[in-house]
Parts: sequence; structure tokens; C-alpha cells
Amino acid sequence: MDGMDDLLSEFITDTQETLEQLDIRLVELENEADGTALLNELFRMMHTIKGTCGFLGLPRMAGLAHAAESLMDRLRNGDPVTHDAIDAMLQVADRLKMILGHIETNAGKEPEGSDDTVIAALNEAGGEGGEGSAAPAAADGEAQVEPAEAAAEAAPAEPAKPAPAPAGKTSAPPPGMSMKPANDSPKPATKAEEKTESSEGTGDRSIRVSVETLEHLMTVVSELVLTRNELTEIMRNNENSNHKLALQRLSTVTGELQQAVMSTRMQPIGNAWRKLPRIVRDVSSSLGKQIELEMSGANTELDRQVLESIKDPLVHMVRNAADHGLEMPDDRVRAGKSEKGKISLNAYHEGGQILVEIADDGRGLDVERIKTKAIERGIATQEDADRMTNEQIFSFIFEPGFSTAATVTSVSGRGVGMDVVQSNVERIGGSIDVQSQQGEGSIFTLKIPLTLAILRALIVGVDNEDFAIPQTSVDELLKVEPGGAHSIQLIKEAPVLRSRDRLLPVVDLRTLLQLPSSVDENGVPRVADESTEGFVMVMRARGMRFGMLVDRVLRTEEIVVKPMPAALRGLENFSGSTILGDGRVIMIVDPNGVRTAASSPSEATMQQVAKQAEDVEVAANKELLLMFRANTPNRKALPISLITRLEDINLADADHSDGQWHIQYNSELIPLVWFGDPPAPGANQRKPLLVMSDAGRSMGLLVDEIVDIVEDSVQVQIPSEQPGILGSAIIGGGAAEVIDVSYFLGLASAHWFDPQHKPLMPGADKILLVDDSIFFRNLVAPVVRSAGYDPVVCASGAEALDKLEGGMMPAVIVTDVDMPEMDGFAFAKAVKRIDRLRSVPLLALTGMITDDAIGRARDAGFDDYISKLDRNGLLQSLRDFTNMSEEIAA
Amino acid sequence: MSALARTSIADGADGFVTAKLAGHWFALPISAVDEVFLLTRITDVPRSPPGIIGVLNLRGRIVTALDTRQILGFPPAKSQPTMAIGIERAGELFGLAVDEMGDVLTSVPSEREPAPMNLDRRWRDIVIGVQRSDNNLVLIVAVDRLFDGVISLVGT
Repeated sequence: MDGMDDLLSEFITDTQETLEQLDIRLVELENEADGTALLNELFRMMHTIKGTCGFLGLPRMAGLAHAAESLMDRLRNGDPVTHDAIDAMLQVADRLKMILGHIETNAGKEPEGSDDTVIAALNEAGGEGGEGSAAPAAADGEAQVEPAEAAAEAAPAEPAKPAPAPAGKTSAPPPGMSMKPANDSPKPATKAEEKTESSEGTGDRSIRVSVETLEHLMTVVSELVLTRNELTEIMRNNENSNHKLALQRLSTVTGELQQAVMSTRMQPIGNAWRKLPRIVRDVSSSLGKQIELEMSGANTELDRQVLESIKDPLVHMVRNAADHGLEMPDDRVRAGKSEKGKISLNAYHEGGQILVEIADDGRGLDVERIKTKAIERGIATQEDADRMTNEQIFSFIFEPGFSTAATVTSVSGRGVGMDVVQSNVERIGGSIDVQSQQGEGSIFTLKIPLTLAILRALIVGVDNEDFAIPQTSVDELLKVEPGGAHSIQLIKEAPVLRSRDRLLPVVDLRTLLQLPSSVDENGVPRVADESTEGFVMVMRARGMRFGMLVDRVLRTEEIVVKPMPAALRGLENFSGSTILGDGRVIMIVDPNGVRTAASSPSEATMQQVAKQAEDVEVAANKELLLMFRANTPNRKALPISLITRLEDINLADADHSDGQWHIQYNSELIPLVWFGDPPAPGANQRKPLLVMSDAGRSMGLLVDEIVDIVEDSVQVQIPSEQPGILGSAIIGGGAAEVIDVSYFLGLASAHWFDPQHKPLMPGADKILLVDDSIFFRNLVAPVVRSAGYDPVVCASGAEALDKLEGGMMPAVIVTDVDMPEMDGFAFAKAVKRIDRLRSVPLLALTGMITDDAIGRARDAGFDDYISKLDRNGLLQSLRDFTNMSEEIAA
Repeated sequence: MSALARTSIADGADGFVTAKLAGHWFALPISAVDEVFLLTRITDVPRSPPGIIGVLNLRGRIVTALDTRQILGFPPAKSQPTMAIGIERAGELFGLAVDEMGDVLTSVPSEREPAPMNLDRRWRDIVIGVQRSDNNLVLIVAVDRLFDGVISLVGT
């Protein structure tokens, strides 16, 4: 019976392929104006199945294929291709798959059952074409087909409806007999022809090789590569040139062999996309959406093992995009988009990886809803969620059981999926990124390795141990050393690294792996700190960036990945092992494992580090402050950014007129102000002068003594009643009074005769300033006022909204981003909701400028994003925007 | 029938490989042993479960070196083990570290006796018989049972 089994299994494989093609072709047919070529192909497919089934004694399949073939024939002869016809054909495809599945698992036996309804649907579908009743049409079809196509197979083509069972019996010889024809094998030949005709990319001549054979070949070649490497290592210290030449040849041949074997395992990614058109069509017709599926890069090749692992994730993501991503046609029209939603798949090579993008132009991910859901499910606290970037929030959709679909549809929304997708992708060393813009769509990007067998890796060393790290997961490599460009810092015993103004939690590989040197001679854990020398690899795993500290980075190497020995599979820090050129075995570090392990014993630890890192970032909001004394012994502080110059003047040089003191500075007279009582006029006494300039005007603040310059953040704790003092703050470890610059600016300008000085015009542009910090309010307001605007200051978003709703019409709104209760983003959204204010430019003012923050600001409707300490930037921006509104007004 | 089956498990018609561990000579059927090799260039695997010495490269294959003493509950040897018996299990190669390798014994079934009752508890579980060779008692070890010990320790 072996012959029969072979024949059957070949039939099953072939037919499975054909059926996959069938789905695609049918969907294509529906969208194709002239489907003649496709109809011919579909006809041939059905015909082949019918013929083979008759031959193998599979009457049900033969009957179905026959009826389908008839329909195709009628269609290609001019009957219109209706939706019903396609539906009926897709039903046939499903039914055939079902029967085929049964045949495969039940030793070649078809399941019991009737296909009358499916066949009736086929006959009816054709009949609707206006040719009258269904049955005669079908009969006509047969009459035309049978004689022309295959007289020998005429038997199954008896009256369509009751056909299958008797047809099978009469046409197919008993199994025993079928062996003979099998040996003559007329059929595999026809099949081969059909196949080459229908498949596009594959070559003309190909043979089937079992996967096991290829796997074995791959293993053997890997071992050959290792042996070659070993030999190369040995020969490196050997002067014998005869050997060297032979080794070189061996090396080249091995390399070529490796390439060749690898290439046998490569398949175009299009193979994994075959099911998608059908799935999208099913979703679109069951949900009443119109969806266009666009695929590019289908010829991008990758290892079949990799391909297998991403098949299901792809299906899932495309289904998600169709179901959740795209809106209903009405909603789309309302949102100003075309009725037809679009899902595009794109695959391409980049840096030794394959990138697959699944993009839709639908509603995009709803940050707020994901946030709410994450808080509901206890994955994050409100506080955590609020300080997260969109990217971090999106990563929640990969949590098990996380679904924000408001309703469970037949298609998806059951909360199973994205977590499985992620783990499937990560298992093969890949990753998923999400980008999404509300209202505009989402892009999921899969990064997957070309192959699982060979990996480009960084070989790194800690103590005397070497490890391999997949190069694709390393973003950046930084040398750390005390006093160098980068150094490790400690925040509550957790090592962090500042890189490009971001703080990264650092995982010390030594500690993680509990290497002997991770504790000192007394068993106390060693923690990396400022004095640590080494290399930090900046890595990204599951939406988190972190650094991994090692002692040495040795080189990069193409390594052959060996699976982890079974006894060691529990170690989440490693994903496999490999053999180096010198014959040593080393472990491959798994970045996802490191991320997980780094966050144990609980995620909280890592979160805390990340949070602390953020706190530092807030604190990094530090500014340089000039510390001085004036009038009283208390230290006083003023941001250096406000000071143009430090001068040392002799009071004797000061002039007094109109109750105002002036001094010559840069060949102009600038007004002098001071704390407390006026200095003794004409006293021959030198004093430090803080010169502040703005919009061409300057003033000088006389102080007694410059104490220091410190870097710190300013938080006024005790407000002061004293004019000129905002309040007290802890600065540089001690109490200090923070100066109210606006007071002195006012003081100076009140008595100040300056032709350049524009008195505030009644029509001056109103600038609404919102900031919860009294310090910054008082810092920014004078700057704005001195630039000729009329600042209106509010301490909270709510207060500002009150003013706006009361009818105020500012030229520009400037708001702080980090505020309690209503933050800048929420405030911006609220402002944008007021129609009247839609055109008013919104500027965000913050201490932190990161790409994330800028992205969020843009999302919230901000027009510009300015650093709190960038006074010129603010003024420039105000000028730009007020001019712009004037231009618009004009 | 069962006696016959049992004999054939332990019985290498080709004989036994003998080795010394913790003062005892023991034997494994040749049919169960892949090869005997030197334990060199072992890579330590950080945070690996007990009973595992590390991994090494044996002609392109990765071998998991098992600390046989630890698995059987004996104290560590004074010096690092240098020899190992290679056994293939579920497609993977394991190396059982031993203190010393002995000769290959040809089995003479008549000389075989059941394991004595007073045998060290640690051996008793895995020994299926005792054989006299020269003046030594050689414990015949059932490879399956030995691996049960590995699994219970390593947890795979």
C-alpha cells in the first residue's frame, strides 16, 4: 500500500496548495474587471482536483470539484461574476479543505456527509446570470465540458445533485487497482504542469525534498562550519603555507555550501500571506466594511522555520487591523476618509533583518482607553500611566487577555492574541513595534531575523567568561569610565546611565548572572557605580530601553545558533549556545530574558528604577543659579539664564537723576536697582552688578557679594511677602531666597526713560500664560511683558479655561506641560474644543524636551514646544505666531 | 519473560564500560554509551541548576557535562573530574563525569548477583546487579534510573 500512501500524501500536499491559491484567485477575481485568465486558471484547478479525486476514489471531493468546475466554465463563457458565485466558490474551497483534512487524518477516507447545499449554491449562482433555471444551466455546462476536457473522467460528471457517491464508485477503481495507474503515473505529470503554470516565482525545474532532509543538511553544514573555524584558529599559529592554501579553499567552499544550504530553506514571505486576502474578504463581508488589501515585498525571502512562526501572528494582526483598526464606512466618511479602508503589508530587508509592516488607515489606537483598561486590570497605576509615553502605553496591548474592543465581534475581540503574537515573534528572536496616530491608523512593525540558524552577534566578556549578544537587539554601544563621556550613576543603589539626556536603567551582566565577582570577599554584592569601567550596550526589549554592562566587547562574529541543552532551558537569560572559532562553547544572551530577569524579583523594582530615572530627569530640569547676598545675610538665587553679564562697578561712577540711578554700561546708561536702602551716593565702593538685558533694554541689579553658582531645581516652598522676593527654596543644600525678576524689571522701567521702550499699548497682544509654578510664572511674565505683549497669568488650566470661557481672546496661549490636576496636554485639548480658539497658537513650555514629549505635544494640538529656560526661543516663537495671526487677520 | 527483558536492558551483549566514582566501581552497558571523552574546556553556565558542571564542544556537538557525584549525592571530588562517559538522551549528548575510567568488561551472566541489601542508599536506587571483576565489586547501573536522578535534580 506504500505506493498508494505516497500518492495520497502527494495529492494532499498538492491540493492544499491549490486550495490556498484558490482562495487568493477567487478574491482577485471579485476585484478584477476582466477575469478571463483567472477563470481559466480556476477552471483548471477544479478540473485537476476533480480528475485526481476520481482517480483516488474520493467521490465527495470529485463531486464538489465537478460542480465548481461547471460554474467556472459558465462564468468564463460569459456569465457575470456575481458576489454569490464567489461566495459559493469560497464555500467549495472550505468544504474541500475540510474533507481533505479528514482524508489526511483518517487514512485516505472521506468523511460521511452531503454536499448538496454547497453544490446547489454553485448551480444557483450560475443560474442567476439570467440564463433561466439552474439545473439546465448546469447540465449545459457539463455537456460542454466533459467531452472537450477529459472523456476518461466523464463518469463523475453525472447529474450534479445526487452525483458524488455513485460517481465515485463508477469512476474510481478500487484502491488495489489504483496502484497500477500510480506506477504509470500519468497524473503527477499533469499536476506538475499545472503547478508550474500557476505558480509564478518558482523555477521551472524543481523537486520536492522533505524538510527533515534539509534540516539534517543544515546541521551537518553547521558542524562543517565550526570545524572550519576551529581549523582556521589552529592554522593561525602555523606557518605551513601549503596547508594555508588548502584551508583557504576549504573555507571558501564551506562558505558557499553554507549559503547554498541556507538558500534551500528560504521561502518568499508571500507564502505566509496567501491566506490573507481570503481572511480580509471574510471579515469585510461579515462586518460590512470595505477593505482593500495591499501587499508589497511578497518576494522577500526568509527561512522557512521563521516563516512558519510568523504565519499565525500575521493572520492575527491583519484580522485585527480589519476588525478593530478600520472603521465602518459611515464613520470613515464622517472622518473625511474614503469609504474603503486600506490595510497594507510591506516586507523588506534591513540590516540583516526582515521588517514586515502591517499598516491600516483606520482609527488608530486609543491611548486613553488602553490606559483606562490597563489601570482597571491593575497592570499600571493611574500615576504610572500618566507618566508613560504613548509607546509604553501601546505596549499594554501585548499583555495577556488585554482587549480594548468595546464589543466582541465574530472576528476578534476576545482578548486572546497580541500576547501570543508577541511571544511567537520573540521566540524566534524578533520584536514588534507599534506606532499609532489616533484617527489616522496604526503601523505594526515586525522585526524578524532572516534565519534562526545563523546570527550576527557581539562577543562580550565579563570576568573570564564570554557571551554572545544578538547584534540586532543592540542599539548603541557606550564606553563608560570615570570622567569619560559616559559614566554610571547610582540612584538609590540602582545603576543608571545618562545617554542623550535620557536615563537608562543599567543591568550589570555580572550581577544578573551572579558571577563570582558580583560579590566582594565578604559576600557583599558589588554594585556598578561612577568608578566602573566597561561598556554599556543600549538595548531595547518589549518597549523598554535599558543598558547592559559588560567588561569587554571583543568583536562581532557570525555564530551558528545551537539550541539550549534541555537541562538548561529553564534559564531565561540565555536563548541558546554557540561554538566559537577556538572551539569553546559560549552562551547567547536573550535580551528579553535579561529584561524580565532584570525586573525580578518583581516588575516593581525595574519600574522603580525607571521611575527614579524619571525623577532624576525632572530634577535634571535643573538650572544654573547664581547665588549671591544683597542687603540681608540670606543667600539669594537668580537663574543665570536671566543674567547677561556680571560686572564689577564702582558706585562712584553711578549717576543720579530724576530719582533713578544709572550707570554707564557698554556706552549706554542703564538703570540701577538694588535691594533695600539705596547705596550711599558717590561712595567709592566696588560692588558686583548683575546686568539683565531684554529686547534691547538693560538694567543692573546691585548686589553685595556673589557667593556661588549651583545647579539645582527650584521649588519655591515658602512664598514671601517681601517685594522682590518670590519665596524661599532649598537650593544647593541650603535655604535661599528666590528673586522676583519681574519686580526689579518693573522697578527699573517705571522710572526709565528710554525711547526704545514701548509702553504697553491698549491693543498689545494678550498672551495667556499658564503655569502652576509661581517661580516660572514670575519669570516668564516679565520676559513676555518686556517684549511688548500683555501677559495674562493663570496658575492652573482650570483658571485659564475660566478666563477663556469668559470671552478672553489671547493672541497666543503658552502653557506649562507638567501641572497637577489638569496637565498641559489635557488643557490643550480642552482649548482646542472651543471653536473660537481653534486658530489660537498653543505653545507648550516644559523642562523636558524629548522626542516622545514633542510627539505627544503635537498630538494634543500644540503648535510649538519650548524649553522653559529658552527665553529667546519663547520670544522668537511668540513673534512668529503673533505675526502669523496678524497676517491671517490681514 | 520479564526477567529476560530486564536482563536485556542492562545487558550489553558487547559488555560494560566501567568507571570509578566515589570509591565504587560501576558499569554501564556499552550499548548505552556513546563514547568516553576528556572533560576539557568546559564553559560554566551561570545560574545553571545543580548537577550541571557546564557545557562543552565535542566535535561540533554541545555536550551537557553532568556532575555525577552531586546527582548521586556524594561529596565533591578533591580534584576536578577529567573524564566523562557520553550518553545520548532525546537527541542530546550528556557527559557523566567520573573519577577514573576502568576496563571494558565482557559480561558473564553467571557471575552476576543481585545488588546487596547493605549497599549505599545512593547506589541502591540505580544499581540492578553486582558483578565481581578481579577483586572488585562492580555495580551495574541502569542508565534510565540514573537519568531519573538527573531529571529530578535538574527539573527538565
